[in-house]
Amino acid sequence: MSTAFQVAVCGSIVPDPLQTLEPVTGPAGPALKNELMLPAVLDPWAWHALFEAAHLAKAHPGSKVYLVSVAPKAKLQQVMMTVGQKVPFELLAVDGPSSGFTEAAEIAPLLVETIKTIPGFDLNRLLVFGGWESASRGAGATLQIVGELLGITDQFQGVDQLTVGQDGALEILERIEGGRHQISRCAGAPAVLGWATGNLPEPPNNPQIGMANMRGIMPALQKAKPAKLTGAGVTFASVTLPKQQRQTKIVKDTPPDEIAREIVAWIQQ
Amino acid sequence: METILFLTHPDAGKPALEALAAAQELGGQLIIGLFGAEVQTTANQWAGCGAAKFLGVIGNEFTTARYATDAAAAEALVKAAQATIVIAPATSRMNRILPGVAHRCGGRTDTHVTALTATSVTRWYYRQRMEAVLSRTQRPWFIALDPGCHAPASPAPGTATVTIVPVSLPSIRTTVTGVKSPEASQQTIRPDAPLLFVAGAGWTKKQPDGQPHVSEAADLILGFLNATQASLGSSKSLVDLSGEGQAVLPFMSHLNQIGQTGATPRHPKGLATCCHGEEPHVVGWRFINERRAINLDANCGWARGKADVLYVADAFAVIRKVNELLAGK
Ligand SMILES: Cc1cc2nc3c(=O)[nH]c(=O)nc-3n(C[C@H](O)[C@H](O)[C@H](O)COP(=O)(O)OP(=O)(O)OC[C@H]3O[C@@H](n4cnc5c(N)ncnc54)[C@H](O)[C@@H]3O)c2cc1C
Repeated sequence: MSTAFQVAVCGSIVPDPLQTLEPVTGPAGPALKNELMLPAVLDPWAWHALFEAAHLAKAHPGSKVYLVSVAPKAKLQQVMMTVGQKVPFELLAVDGPSSGFTEAAEIAPLLVETIKTIPGFDLNRLLVFGGWESASRGAGATLQIVGELLGITDQFQGVDQLTVGQDGALEILERIEGGRHQISRCAGAPAVLGWATGNLPEPPNNPQIGMANMRGIMPALQKAKPAKLTGAGVTFASVTLPKQQRQTKIVKDTPPDEIAREIVAWIQQ
Repeated sequence: METILFLTHPDAGKPALEALAAAQELGGQLIIGLFGAEVQTTANQWAGCGAAKFLGVIGNEFTTARYATDAAAAEALVKAAQATIVIAPATSRMNRILPGVAHRCGGRTDTHVTALTATSVTRWYYRQRMEAVLSRTQRPWFIALDPGCHAPASPAPGTATVTIVPVSLPSIRTTVTGVKSPEASQQTIRPDAPLLFVAGAGWTKKQPDGQPHVSEAADLILGFLNATQASLGSSKSLVDLSGEGQAVLPFMSHLNQIGQTGATPRHPKGLATCCHGEEPHVVGWRFINERRAINLDANCGWARGKADVLYVADAFAVIRKVNELLAGK
Protein backbone atom coordinates (compact mmCIF):
# COMPACT_ATOMS: atom_id res chain seq x y z
CA MET A 1 0.00 0.00 0.00
CA SER A 2 1.32 3.41 -0.90
CA THR A 3 1.81 5.99 1.83
CA ALA A 4 0.12 9.37 1.60
CA PHE A 5 2.66 11.86 2.92
CA GLN A 6 2.32 15.34 4.27
CA VAL A 7 5.46 17.00 2.97
CA ALA A 8 6.32 20.29 4.64
CA VAL A 9 9.01 22.05 2.62
CA CYS A 10 10.63 24.75 4.75
CA GLY A 11 12.16 27.52 2.71
CA SER A 12 12.50 31.25 2.68
CA ILE A 13 13.62 33.75 0.09
CA VAL A 14 17.10 35.11 -0.59
CA PRO A 15 18.46 37.90 -2.77
CA ASP A 16 18.98 36.84 -6.37
CA PRO A 17 22.56 35.53 -6.46
CA LEU A 18 23.46 37.88 -9.30
CA GLN A 19 22.88 40.88 -7.03
CA THR A 20 25.68 42.75 -5.34
CA LEU A 21 25.17 42.68 -1.59
CA GLU A 22 26.35 45.20 0.92
CA PRO A 23 26.00 44.94 4.68
CA VAL A 24 24.62 47.82 6.75
CA THR A 25 24.02 48.14 10.45
CA GLY A 26 20.40 48.76 11.32
CA PRO A 27 18.67 49.25 14.66
CA ALA A 28 18.26 45.48 15.05
CA GLY A 29 21.80 44.56 14.03
CA PRO A 30 23.26 43.81 10.61
CA ALA A 31 21.13 43.83 7.48
CA LEU A 32 21.55 44.16 3.74
CA LYS A 33 21.55 47.56 2.12
CA ASN A 34 18.19 48.09 0.36
CA GLU A 35 17.18 44.60 1.38
CA LEU A 36 13.54 45.02 0.46
CA MET A 37 14.42 46.42 -2.96
CA LEU A 38 16.64 43.54 -4.02
CA PRO A 39 15.05 41.03 -6.38
CA ALA A 40 14.59 37.75 -4.51
CA VAL A 41 14.36 34.06 -5.33
CA LEU A 42 13.31 31.03 -3.35
CA ASP A 43 16.33 29.81 -1.43
CA PRO A 44 18.03 27.53 -4.00
CA TRP A 45 18.39 24.31 -1.99
CA ALA A 46 14.84 24.68 -0.68
CA TRP A 47 13.84 25.11 -4.31
CA HIS A 48 15.33 21.68 -5.08
CA ALA A 49 13.56 20.30 -2.02
CA LEU A 50 10.28 21.62 -3.36
CA PHE A 51 10.74 19.82 -6.70
CA GLU A 52 11.65 16.63 -4.91
CA ALA A 53 8.57 16.98 -2.70
CA ALA A 54 6.32 17.45 -5.70
CA HIS A 55 7.89 14.47 -7.41
CA LEU A 56 7.31 12.34 -4.32
CA ALA A 57 3.72 13.55 -3.90
CA LYS A 58 2.94 12.67 -7.50
CA ALA A 59 4.18 9.12 -7.01
CA HIS A 60 2.23 8.69 -3.76
CA PRO A 61 -1.44 9.51 -4.29
CA GLY A 62 -3.07 11.36 -1.44
CA SER A 63 0.20 13.11 -0.56
CA LYS A 64 0.28 16.85 -0.31
CA VAL A 65 3.08 19.43 -0.41
CA TYR A 66 3.13 22.48 1.86
CA LEU A 67 5.65 25.25 1.37
CA VAL A 68 6.27 26.67 4.84
CA SER A 69 7.96 30.01 4.75
CA VAL A 70 8.98 32.79 7.11
CA ALA A 71 9.55 35.81 4.88
CA PRO A 72 8.45 39.41 4.38
CA LYS A 73 5.08 38.81 2.81
CA ALA A 74 5.23 41.41 0.04
CA LYS A 75 8.51 39.93 -1.22
CA LEU A 76 7.28 36.41 -0.76
CA GLN A 77 4.29 37.23 -2.93
CA GLN A 78 6.61 38.35 -5.75
CA VAL A 79 8.66 35.18 -5.51
CA MET A 80 5.51 33.04 -5.47
CA MET A 81 4.61 34.42 -8.91
CA THR A 82 7.48 32.34 -10.33
CA VAL A 83 7.63 29.47 -7.88
CA GLY A 84 3.87 28.96 -8.08
CA GLN A 85 4.16 28.10 -11.79
CA LYS A 86 6.33 25.08 -11.19
CA VAL A 87 4.73 22.43 -9.02
CA PRO A 88 1.51 22.09 -6.99
CA PHE A 89 1.75 23.11 -3.35
CA GLU A 90 -0.08 24.95 -0.64
CA LEU A 91 1.64 27.93 0.95
CA LEU A 92 1.77 28.37 4.72
CA ALA A 93 3.39 31.70 5.44
CA VAL A 94 4.62 33.69 8.40
CA ASP A 95 5.34 37.36 7.80
CA GLY A 96 8.84 37.82 9.18
CA PRO A 97 12.38 38.65 8.15
CA SER A 98 14.27 36.49 5.67
CA SER A 99 17.62 37.96 6.69
CA GLY A 100 20.61 35.70 7.13
CA PHE A 101 21.39 37.49 10.37
CA THR A 102 18.38 36.06 12.18
CA GLU A 103 18.70 33.10 14.51
CA ALA A 104 17.82 29.59 13.35
CA ALA A 105 16.67 28.94 16.92
CA GLU A 106 14.05 31.67 16.56
CA ILE A 107 12.87 30.70 13.08
CA ALA A 108 12.45 26.98 13.82
CA PRO A 109 9.63 27.35 16.40
CA LEU A 110 7.71 29.56 13.95
CA LEU A 111 8.02 26.89 11.29
CA VAL A 112 6.89 24.18 13.70
CA GLU A 113 3.83 26.14 14.82
CA THR A 114 2.95 26.64 11.17
CA ILE A 115 3.54 23.01 10.19
CA LYS A 116 1.14 22.01 12.94
CA THR A 117 -1.62 24.00 11.20
CA ILE A 118 -1.56 21.58 8.24
CA PRO A 119 -5.18 20.40 7.96
CA GLY A 120 -5.37 16.93 9.47
CA PHE A 121 -1.75 17.22 10.65
CA ASP A 122 -0.41 13.71 11.17
CA LEU A 123 3.13 13.31 12.47
CA ASN A 124 3.25 9.72 11.25
CA ARG A 125 2.82 10.84 7.67
CA LEU A 126 5.05 13.91 7.94
CA LEU A 127 8.23 14.49 5.98
CA VAL A 128 9.96 17.77 6.77
CA PHE A 129 11.97 18.93 3.76
CA GLY A 130 14.11 21.98 3.20
CA GLY A 131 17.49 23.01 1.90
CA TRP A 132 20.39 21.58 3.89
CA GLU A 133 21.76 25.12 4.13
CA SER A 134 20.25 28.44 3.27
CA ALA A 135 21.91 30.86 0.90
CA SER A 136 21.53 33.54 3.57
CA ARG A 137 22.65 32.25 6.97
CA GLY A 138 24.19 29.15 5.44
CA ALA A 139 24.17 27.42 8.81
CA GLY A 140 22.35 24.16 8.17
CA ALA A 141 20.68 24.46 11.57
CA THR A 142 17.00 25.30 11.18
CA LEU A 143 15.76 21.90 10.03
CA GLN A 144 17.47 20.02 12.84
CA ILE A 145 15.78 22.24 15.41
CA VAL A 146 12.43 21.85 13.63
CA GLY A 147 12.95 18.09 13.87
CA GLU A 148 13.84 18.28 17.54
CA LEU A 149 10.77 20.38 18.32
CA LEU A 150 8.59 17.85 16.54
CA GLY A 151 10.36 14.95 18.25
CA ILE A 152 11.76 13.58 14.97
CA THR A 153 15.12 11.88 15.43
CA ASP A 154 15.40 10.46 11.93
CA GLN A 155 17.21 13.31 10.27
CA PHE A 156 19.27 13.46 7.10
CA GLN A 157 21.34 16.31 5.67
CA GLY A 158 22.84 16.92 2.25
CA VAL A 159 20.28 14.59 0.70
CA ASP A 160 20.62 13.94 -3.02
CA GLN A 161 18.19 11.05 -3.37
CA LEU A 162 15.12 9.61 -1.69
CA THR A 163 13.47 6.37 -2.71
CA VAL A 164 10.29 5.25 -1.01
CA GLY A 165 9.67 1.52 -0.85
CA GLN A 166 6.33 -0.26 -1.15
CA ASP A 167 6.22 -0.45 2.63
CA GLY A 168 6.78 3.29 3.04
CA ALA A 169 10.41 2.80 4.08
CA LEU A 170 12.82 5.50 2.95
CA GLU A 171 16.17 4.93 1.32
CA ILE A 172 18.20 8.10 1.55
CA LEU A 173 21.52 9.18 0.03
CA GLU A 174 23.31 11.90 1.98
CA ARG A 175 26.45 13.73 0.92
CA ILE A 176 29.51 12.94 2.98
CA GLU A 177 33.18 13.76 2.55
CA GLY A 178 35.15 13.10 -0.62
CA GLY A 179 32.27 13.18 -3.11
CA ARG A 180 30.65 10.13 -1.54
CA HIS A 181 27.13 9.38 -0.35
CA GLN A 182 26.04 7.59 2.80
CA ILE A 183 23.09 5.28 2.21
CA SER A 184 20.52 4.90 4.99
CA ARG A 185 17.29 3.06 5.32
CA CYS A 186 14.64 4.61 7.55
CA ALA A 187 11.48 2.77 8.57
CA GLY A 188 9.31 5.60 7.21
CA ALA A 189 7.77 8.94 8.13
CA PRO A 190 8.28 11.02 10.16
CA ALA A 191 11.69 12.17 9.02
CA VAL A 192 13.60 15.38 8.33
CA LEU A 193 15.46 15.70 5.02
CA GLY A 194 17.73 18.66 4.30
CA TRP A 195 18.21 18.53 0.55
CA ALA A 196 21.28 19.31 -1.47
CA THR A 197 20.82 19.47 -5.23
CA GLY A 198 18.97 16.20 -5.70
CA ASN A 199 18.52 14.79 -9.18
CA LEU A 200 15.65 16.68 -10.70
CA PRO A 201 15.90 19.44 -13.29
CA GLU A 202 13.83 22.58 -12.79
CA PRO A 203 10.29 21.81 -13.97
CA PRO A 204 8.94 23.93 -16.82
CA ASN A 205 6.33 26.58 -16.05
CA ASN A 206 2.81 25.23 -16.03
CA PRO A 207 0.12 27.93 -16.16
CA GLN A 208 -2.56 25.55 -14.94
CA ILE A 209 -0.58 24.72 -11.82
CA GLY A 210 0.12 28.43 -11.50
CA MET A 211 -3.56 29.24 -11.45
CA ALA A 212 -4.43 26.50 -9.01
CA ASN A 213 -1.59 27.51 -6.67
CA MET A 214 -2.52 31.18 -6.78
CA ARG A 215 -5.97 30.46 -5.40
CA GLY A 216 -4.31 29.32 -2.19
CA ILE A 217 -1.29 31.61 -2.17
CA MET A 218 -3.14 34.91 -1.91
CA PRO A 219 -5.26 33.93 1.12
CA ALA A 220 -2.22 32.33 2.75
CA LEU A 221 -0.31 35.59 2.41
CA GLN A 222 -3.26 37.55 3.73
CA LYS A 223 -3.47 35.48 6.85
CA ALA A 224 0.31 35.29 7.39
CA LYS A 225 0.88 36.30 11.00
CA PRO A 226 3.61 38.82 11.71
CA ALA A 227 6.55 37.41 13.64
CA LYS A 228 8.81 39.38 15.84
CA LEU A 229 12.34 38.11 16.30
CA THR A 230 14.62 39.38 19.03
CA GLY A 231 18.11 38.21 18.11
CA ALA A 232 18.70 38.23 21.85
CA GLY A 233 22.09 37.10 23.08
CA VAL A 234 23.95 37.66 19.82
CA THR A 235 26.23 40.62 19.16
CA PHE A 236 27.80 41.23 15.78
CA ALA A 237 31.14 42.97 16.21
CA SER A 238 31.49 43.45 12.46
CA VAL A 239 30.09 42.42 9.11
CA THR A 240 32.39 43.20 6.22
CA LEU A 241 32.78 42.52 2.54
CA PRO A 242 35.87 40.50 1.67
CA LYS A 243 38.95 42.43 0.77
CA GLN A 244 38.06 43.31 -2.70
CA GLN A 245 39.20 42.70 -6.07
CA ARG A 246 42.38 41.25 -7.39
CA GLN A 247 44.46 43.08 -9.96
CA THR A 248 43.83 40.75 -12.85
CA LYS A 249 46.73 40.38 -15.23
CA ILE A 250 45.29 39.71 -18.67
CA VAL A 251 47.53 37.64 -20.94
CA LYS A 252 46.44 38.02 -24.56
CA ASP A 253 47.84 37.21 -27.99
CA THR A 254 50.22 34.67 -26.53
CA PRO A 255 50.76 31.25 -28.15
CA PRO A 256 49.16 28.33 -26.26
CA ASP A 257 52.56 26.68 -25.83
CA GLU A 258 53.91 29.64 -23.95
CA ILE A 259 50.81 29.87 -21.77
CA ALA A 260 51.08 26.14 -21.09
CA ARG A 261 54.68 26.51 -19.94
CA GLU A 262 53.71 29.35 -17.63
CA ILE A 263 50.83 27.33 -16.16
CA VAL A 264 53.00 24.26 -15.61
CA ALA A 265 55.62 26.38 -13.85
CA TRP A 266 52.91 27.89 -11.66
CA ILE A 267 51.40 24.51 -10.77
CA GLN A 268 54.80 23.12 -9.87
CA GLN A 269 55.85 26.15 -7.82
CA MET B 1 36.00 30.23 33.31
CA GLU B 2 34.47 28.41 30.38
CA THR B 3 34.33 24.63 30.36
CA ILE B 4 35.26 23.63 26.85
CA LEU B 5 34.19 20.29 25.50
CA PHE B 6 35.97 19.18 22.37
CA LEU B 7 33.39 16.86 20.85
CA THR B 8 33.97 14.49 17.96
CA HIS B 9 33.71 11.01 16.54
CA PRO B 10 37.14 9.36 16.70
CA ASP B 11 37.59 8.95 12.94
CA ALA B 12 37.33 12.63 12.03
CA GLY B 13 40.97 12.80 10.90
CA LYS B 14 42.72 16.07 10.25
CA PRO B 15 39.66 18.30 10.75
CA ALA B 16 39.51 16.97 14.32
CA LEU B 17 43.13 17.87 15.01
CA GLU B 18 42.53 21.34 13.59
CA ALA B 19 39.50 21.93 15.77
CA LEU B 20 41.32 20.46 18.75
CA ALA B 21 44.10 23.00 18.28
CA ALA B 22 41.53 25.79 18.18
CA ALA B 23 39.93 24.45 21.36
CA GLN B 24 43.30 24.24 23.13
CA GLU B 25 43.94 27.91 22.41
CA LEU B 26 40.73 29.11 24.06
CA GLY B 27 42.26 28.76 27.48
CA GLY B 28 39.37 27.34 29.52
CA GLN B 29 39.13 23.93 31.14
CA LEU B 30 39.38 21.45 28.26
CA ILE B 31 37.45 18.18 28.25
CA ILE B 32 37.55 15.70 25.39
CA GLY B 33 34.29 13.96 24.47
CA LEU B 34 34.46 11.07 22.01
CA PHE B 35 31.69 8.83 20.70
CA GLY B 36 32.03 5.76 18.52
CA ALA B 37 32.36 2.01 18.54
CA GLU B 38 35.74 2.42 20.21
CA VAL B 39 37.37 5.60 21.50
CA GLN B 40 40.36 4.52 23.57
CA THR B 41 42.81 4.51 20.64
CA THR B 42 42.06 8.12 19.80
CA ALA B 43 42.04 9.14 23.46
CA ASN B 44 45.51 7.64 23.81
CA GLN B 45 46.74 9.47 20.72
CA TRP B 46 45.55 12.70 22.29
CA ALA B 47 46.57 11.86 25.86
CA GLY B 48 48.95 14.80 26.04
CA CYS B 49 46.57 17.41 24.63
CA GLY B 50 46.16 19.19 27.95
CA ALA B 51 42.62 17.97 28.65
CA ALA B 52 41.44 17.82 32.26
CA LYS B 53 39.50 14.66 31.43
CA PHE B 54 38.31 12.34 28.69
CA LEU B 55 34.68 11.30 28.39
CA GLY B 56 33.49 8.60 26.05
CA VAL B 57 30.33 7.07 24.69
CA ILE B 58 30.99 3.67 23.20
CA GLY B 59 28.96 0.96 21.58
CA ASN B 60 28.23 -0.64 18.25
CA GLU B 61 25.25 1.68 17.81
CA PHE B 62 27.74 4.53 17.39
CA THR B 63 29.80 2.95 14.61
CA THR B 64 28.11 4.75 11.76
CA ALA B 65 26.82 8.28 11.43
CA ARG B 66 23.14 8.35 12.31
CA TYR B 67 21.27 11.30 13.77
CA ALA B 68 19.31 9.49 16.48
CA THR B 69 22.29 7.75 18.07
CA ASP B 70 24.92 10.43 17.42
CA ALA B 71 22.70 13.16 18.86
CA ALA B 72 21.97 11.08 21.96
CA ALA B 73 25.69 10.42 22.48
CA ALA B 74 26.63 14.06 21.99
CA GLU B 75 23.88 15.26 24.30
CA ALA B 76 25.04 12.89 27.04
CA LEU B 77 28.66 14.04 26.67
CA VAL B 78 27.78 17.75 26.75
CA LYS B 79 25.65 17.27 29.84
CA ALA B 80 28.22 15.09 31.59
CA ALA B 81 30.93 17.66 30.89
CA GLN B 82 28.67 20.54 31.94
CA ALA B 83 30.24 22.27 29.00
CA THR B 84 29.69 25.96 28.35
CA ILE B 85 31.48 25.86 25.01
CA VAL B 86 31.47 22.90 22.65
CA ILE B 87 33.97 22.81 19.81
CA ALA B 88 33.61 20.27 17.03
CA PRO B 89 35.19 19.66 13.64
CA ALA B 90 32.71 20.46 10.85
CA THR B 91 32.58 16.94 9.42
CA SER B 92 29.37 15.84 7.75
CA ARG B 93 28.73 13.68 10.81
CA MET B 94 29.05 16.54 13.31
CA ASN B 95 27.24 19.06 11.12
CA ARG B 96 24.26 16.73 10.96
CA ILE B 97 23.71 16.73 14.70
CA LEU B 98 25.18 19.85 16.32
CA PRO B 99 22.26 22.28 15.94
CA GLY B 100 19.81 19.65 17.20
CA VAL B 101 22.01 18.79 20.17
CA ALA B 102 22.44 22.48 20.99
CA HIS B 103 18.67 22.78 21.06
CA ARG B 104 18.40 19.82 23.45
CA CYS B 105 20.98 21.37 25.76
CA GLY B 106 19.33 24.78 25.70
CA GLY B 107 22.25 26.31 23.81
CA ARG B 108 22.98 27.74 20.39
CA THR B 109 25.17 26.73 17.45
CA ASP B 110 27.42 28.49 15.02
CA THR B 111 28.42 26.32 12.09
CA HIS B 112 30.95 26.87 9.29
CA VAL B 113 33.08 28.89 11.63
CA THR B 114 36.40 29.90 10.08
CA ALA B 115 38.13 31.42 13.12
CA LEU B 116 37.49 31.67 16.84
CA THR B 117 38.77 33.41 19.92
CA ALA B 118 37.78 33.03 23.54
CA THR B 119 34.92 35.48 22.98
CA SER B 120 33.95 35.48 19.31
CA VAL B 121 33.61 33.44 16.14
CA THR B 122 34.08 34.42 12.52
CA ARG B 123 31.78 33.02 9.87
CA TRP B 124 30.47 33.94 6.43
CA TYR B 125 26.97 34.94 5.46
CA TYR B 126 25.19 34.94 2.11
CA ARG B 127 27.31 32.16 0.66
CA GLN B 128 30.73 33.59 1.38
CA ARG B 129 29.78 37.09 0.36
CA MET B 130 30.28 38.78 3.73
CA GLU B 131 32.24 37.89 6.79
CA ALA B 132 30.94 38.50 10.30
CA VAL B 133 32.49 38.38 13.74
CA LEU B 134 29.97 37.64 16.45
CA SER B 135 29.68 36.67 20.07
CA ARG B 136 26.93 35.12 22.15
CA THR B 137 25.74 35.15 25.70
CA GLN B 138 23.88 31.81 25.34
CA ARG B 139 25.55 28.72 26.76
CA PRO B 140 26.36 26.06 25.90
CA TRP B 141 27.70 27.59 22.72
CA PHE B 142 28.31 24.97 20.03
CA ILE B 143 30.91 25.85 17.42
CA ALA B 144 31.73 23.77 14.35
CA LEU B 145 35.07 24.76 12.85
CA ASP B 146 35.36 24.26 9.10
CA PRO B 147 38.23 22.07 7.89
CA GLY B 148 41.36 23.85 6.72
CA CYS B 149 40.95 26.88 8.97
CA HIS B 150 43.52 26.14 11.65
CA ALA B 151 46.88 24.41 11.91
CA PRO B 152 46.34 20.91 13.34
CA ALA B 153 47.27 20.03 16.91
CA SER B 154 50.02 17.50 17.49
CA PRO B 155 49.25 16.12 20.94
CA ALA B 156 51.71 13.76 22.57
CA PRO B 157 50.38 10.20 22.76
CA GLY B 158 50.12 8.33 26.03
CA THR B 159 47.51 6.50 28.03
CA ALA B 160 44.30 8.38 28.64
CA THR B 161 41.72 7.42 31.22
CA VAL B 162 38.34 7.60 29.56
CA THR B 163 35.24 7.91 31.74
CA ILE B 164 32.38 6.16 30.00
CA VAL B 165 29.14 8.13 29.92
CA PRO B 166 25.85 6.19 29.72
CA VAL B 167 23.33 7.10 27.03
CA SER B 168 19.64 6.44 26.75
CA LEU B 169 18.78 5.80 23.14
CA PRO B 170 15.50 6.53 21.41
CA SER B 171 13.94 3.78 19.33
CA ILE B 172 16.12 3.26 16.30
CA ARG B 173 14.33 3.40 12.96
CA THR B 174 17.28 4.09 10.68
CA THR B 175 20.06 1.78 9.54
CA VAL B 176 23.08 2.95 7.62
CA THR B 177 23.44 0.37 4.88
CA GLY B 178 26.55 1.58 3.11
CA VAL B 179 28.50 4.24 1.34
CA LYS B 180 28.34 4.92 -2.35
CA SER B 181 31.65 6.06 -3.79
CA PRO B 182 32.31 7.14 -7.31
CA GLU B 183 34.27 4.56 -9.29
CA ALA B 184 37.99 4.87 -8.66
CA SER B 185 38.56 6.38 -12.11
CA GLN B 186 35.88 8.95 -11.37
CA GLN B 187 37.06 9.83 -7.88
CA THR B 188 37.72 13.42 -8.79
CA ILE B 189 36.98 15.29 -5.57
CA ARG B 190 40.22 15.56 -3.61
CA PRO B 191 39.83 17.99 -0.72
CA ASP B 192 43.55 17.91 0.15
CA ALA B 193 44.83 18.58 -3.37
CA PRO B 194 47.02 21.66 -3.79
CA LEU B 195 45.15 22.57 -6.98
CA LEU B 196 41.49 22.92 -7.88
CA PHE B 197 40.78 22.51 -11.60
CA VAL B 198 37.43 23.92 -12.62
CA ALA B 199 35.76 23.00 -15.88
CA GLY B 200 32.95 25.14 -17.24
CA ALA B 201 30.24 24.62 -19.82
CA GLY B 202 32.53 25.94 -22.56
CA TRP B 203 34.15 22.49 -22.79
CA THR B 204 30.92 21.15 -24.28
CA LYS B 205 30.07 24.13 -26.47
CA LYS B 206 30.63 24.49 -30.20
CA GLN B 207 34.22 25.43 -30.86
CA PRO B 208 35.59 27.70 -33.60
CA ASP B 209 35.22 24.85 -36.14
CA GLY B 210 31.47 24.85 -35.46
CA GLN B 211 31.49 21.49 -33.64
CA PRO B 212 31.50 20.49 -29.99
CA HIS B 213 34.37 18.20 -28.96
CA VAL B 214 33.07 16.62 -25.81
CA SER B 215 35.04 13.42 -25.84
CA GLU B 216 38.29 15.26 -26.47
CA ALA B 217 37.35 17.60 -23.61
CA ALA B 218 36.84 14.59 -21.35
CA ASP B 219 40.24 13.15 -22.31
CA LEU B 220 42.04 16.46 -21.78
CA ILE B 221 40.43 17.04 -18.39
CA LEU B 222 41.08 13.50 -17.16
CA GLY B 223 44.62 13.66 -18.51
CA PHE B 224 45.22 16.84 -16.58
CA LEU B 225 43.69 15.41 -13.39
CA ASN B 226 45.77 12.26 -13.63
CA ALA B 227 48.97 14.19 -14.14
CA THR B 228 48.39 16.75 -11.41
CA GLN B 229 46.10 14.91 -8.94
CA ALA B 230 44.10 18.14 -8.84
CA SER B 231 40.58 18.16 -7.44
CA LEU B 232 37.88 18.63 -10.08
CA GLY B 233 35.30 21.37 -9.75
CA SER B 234 32.59 22.37 -12.14
CA SER B 235 30.33 25.26 -12.94
CA LYS B 236 26.63 24.75 -12.44
CA SER B 237 25.91 25.05 -16.14
CA LEU B 238 28.17 22.13 -16.93
CA VAL B 239 26.69 19.74 -14.38
CA ASP B 240 23.16 20.85 -15.21
CA LEU B 241 23.64 19.76 -18.83
CA SER B 242 23.26 16.13 -17.87
CA GLY B 243 19.79 16.86 -16.51
CA GLU B 244 18.96 18.51 -19.82
CA GLY B 245 19.97 15.47 -21.85
CA GLN B 246 22.96 17.10 -23.57
CA ALA B 247 26.33 15.57 -24.26
CA VAL B 248 28.17 15.60 -20.97
CA LEU B 249 31.35 14.66 -19.22
CA PRO B 250 30.58 11.32 -17.60
CA PHE B 251 32.75 11.87 -14.52
CA MET B 252 30.99 15.09 -13.49
CA SER B 253 28.14 15.33 -11.01
CA HIS B 254 26.53 17.97 -8.84
CA LEU B 255 29.02 17.03 -6.16
CA ASN B 256 31.70 18.70 -8.27
CA GLN B 257 29.78 21.95 -8.49
CA ILE B 258 31.46 25.01 -7.04
CA GLY B 259 29.55 28.14 -6.08
CA GLN B 260 26.38 29.56 -4.67
CA THR B 261 24.59 26.23 -4.73
CA GLY B 262 27.73 24.15 -4.79
CA ALA B 263 30.81 23.66 -2.70
CA THR B 264 33.30 26.19 -1.37
CA PRO B 265 36.46 24.09 -1.19
CA ARG B 266 39.84 25.16 0.17
CA HIS B 267 42.88 24.81 -2.06
CA PRO B 268 46.03 26.94 -2.37
CA LYS B 269 45.57 27.29 -6.14
CA GLY B 270 42.74 27.15 -8.63
CA LEU B 271 42.63 27.04 -12.43
CA ALA B 272 39.34 27.77 -14.18
CA THR B 273 38.86 26.63 -17.75
CA CYS B 274 35.98 27.36 -20.13
CA CYS B 275 34.07 28.88 -17.26
CA HIS B 276 32.74 32.40 -17.46
CA GLY B 277 33.46 33.39 -13.87
CA GLU B 278 30.01 34.67 -13.00
CA GLU B 279 29.46 35.82 -9.44
CA PRO B 280 27.29 32.82 -8.36
CA HIS B 281 30.15 30.60 -9.43
CA VAL B 282 33.01 32.68 -8.05
CA VAL B 283 31.56 32.90 -4.51
CA GLY B 284 32.62 29.25 -4.31
CA TRP B 285 36.23 30.36 -4.87
CA ARG B 286 36.33 32.37 -1.64
CA PHE B 287 38.94 30.08 -0.11
CA ILE B 288 41.10 29.53 -3.20
CA ASN B 289 44.20 31.67 -2.73
CA GLU B 290 45.86 31.91 -6.15
CA ARG B 291 43.46 31.97 -9.05
CA ARG B 292 44.08 31.67 -12.77
CA ALA B 293 41.64 31.25 -15.64
CA ILE B 294 41.71 30.32 -19.30
CA ASN B 295 38.90 31.76 -21.37
CA LEU B 296 38.42 32.78 -25.00
CA ASP B 297 36.56 35.86 -23.84
CA ALA B 298 38.72 38.74 -22.61
CA ASN B 299 35.61 40.24 -21.01
CA CYS B 300 34.60 37.22 -18.95
CA GLY B 301 34.01 37.58 -15.22
CA TRP B 302 37.55 36.50 -14.34
CA ALA B 303 38.91 39.61 -16.07
CA ARG B 304 37.08 41.78 -13.57
CA GLY B 305 39.21 41.30 -10.50
CA LYS B 306 38.19 37.69 -9.84
CA ALA B 307 41.40 36.01 -10.96
CA ASP B 308 45.05 36.93 -10.59
CA VAL B 309 45.79 35.95 -14.17
CA LEU B 310 43.42 35.49 -17.10
CA TYR B 311 44.82 33.77 -20.17
CA VAL B 312 42.74 34.75 -23.15
CA ALA B 313 43.18 31.56 -25.12
CA ASP B 314 41.64 28.30 -26.28
CA ALA B 315 41.61 25.97 -23.29
CA PHE B 316 41.71 22.93 -25.58
CA ALA B 317 45.04 24.06 -27.05
CA VAL B 318 46.50 25.14 -23.73
CA ILE B 319 45.52 22.08 -21.70
CA ARG B 320 46.64 19.76 -24.52
CA LYS B 321 50.08 21.34 -24.30
CA VAL B 322 50.05 21.42 -20.49
CA ASN B 323 49.35 17.68 -20.46
CA GLU B 324 52.22 17.07 -22.87
CA LEU B 325 54.59 19.08 -20.71
CA LEU B 326 53.45 17.29 -17.56
CA ALA B 327 54.02 13.97 -19.30
CA GLY B 328 57.57 15.12 -19.96
CA LYS B 329 57.08 15.33 -23.72
C1 LIG C 1 20.15 30.68 -7.98
C2 LIG C 1 21.38 30.48 -8.79
C3 LIG C 1 22.41 29.73 -8.25
C4 LIG C 1 23.56 29.48 -8.99
N1 LIG C 1 24.54 28.74 -8.42
C5 LIG C 1 25.66 28.50 -9.15
C6 LIG C 1 26.72 27.70 -8.61
O1 LIG C 1 26.66 27.21 -7.48
N2 LIG C 1 27.80 27.46 -9.37
C7 LIG C 1 27.91 27.95 -10.65
O2 LIG C 1 28.91 27.67 -11.31
N3 LIG C 1 26.93 28.69 -11.18
C8 LIG C 1 25.81 28.98 -10.47
N4 LIG C 1 24.82 29.72 -11.04
C9 LIG C 1 24.89 29.98 -12.49
C10 LIG C 1 25.83 31.09 -12.90
O3 LIG C 1 25.14 32.32 -12.83
C11 LIG C 1 26.32 30.86 -14.35
O4 LIG C 1 25.21 30.72 -15.20
C12 LIG C 1 27.21 29.64 -14.52
O5 LIG C 1 28.24 29.64 -13.56
C13 LIG C 1 27.82 29.65 -15.90
O6 LIG C 1 28.60 28.50 -16.11
P1 LIG C 1 29.79 28.49 -17.14
O7 LIG C 1 30.67 29.64 -16.87
O8 LIG C 1 30.40 27.15 -17.12
O9 LIG C 1 29.05 28.59 -18.55
P2 LIG C 1 28.93 29.74 -19.61
O10 LIG C 1 28.39 30.98 -19.01
O11 LIG C 1 28.20 29.11 -20.73
O12 LIG C 1 30.40 30.04 -20.01
C14 LIG C 1 31.16 29.23 -20.84
C15 LIG C 1 32.50 29.90 -21.00
O13 LIG C 1 33.36 29.05 -21.73
C16 LIG C 1 34.20 29.86 -22.54
N5 LIG C 1 34.74 29.00 -23.58
C17 LIG C 1 34.09 28.30 -24.54
N6 LIG C 1 34.96 27.59 -25.28
C18 LIG C 1 36.20 27.85 -24.79
C19 LIG C 1 37.51 27.44 -25.13
N7 LIG C 1 37.74 26.59 -26.14
N8 LIG C 1 38.55 27.89 -24.40
C20 LIG C 1 38.35 28.76 -23.37
N9 LIG C 1 37.12 29.19 -23.00
C21 LIG C 1 36.06 28.75 -23.72
C22 LIG C 1 33.27 30.95 -23.01
O14 LIG C 1 34.01 32.08 -23.40
C23 LIG C 1 32.44 31.22 -21.76
O15 LIG C 1 33.03 32.21 -20.97
C24 LIG C 1 23.69 30.01 -10.30
C25 LIG C 1 22.67 30.80 -10.82
C26 LIG C 1 21.54 31.04 -10.08
C27 LIG C 1 20.48 31.91 -10.69
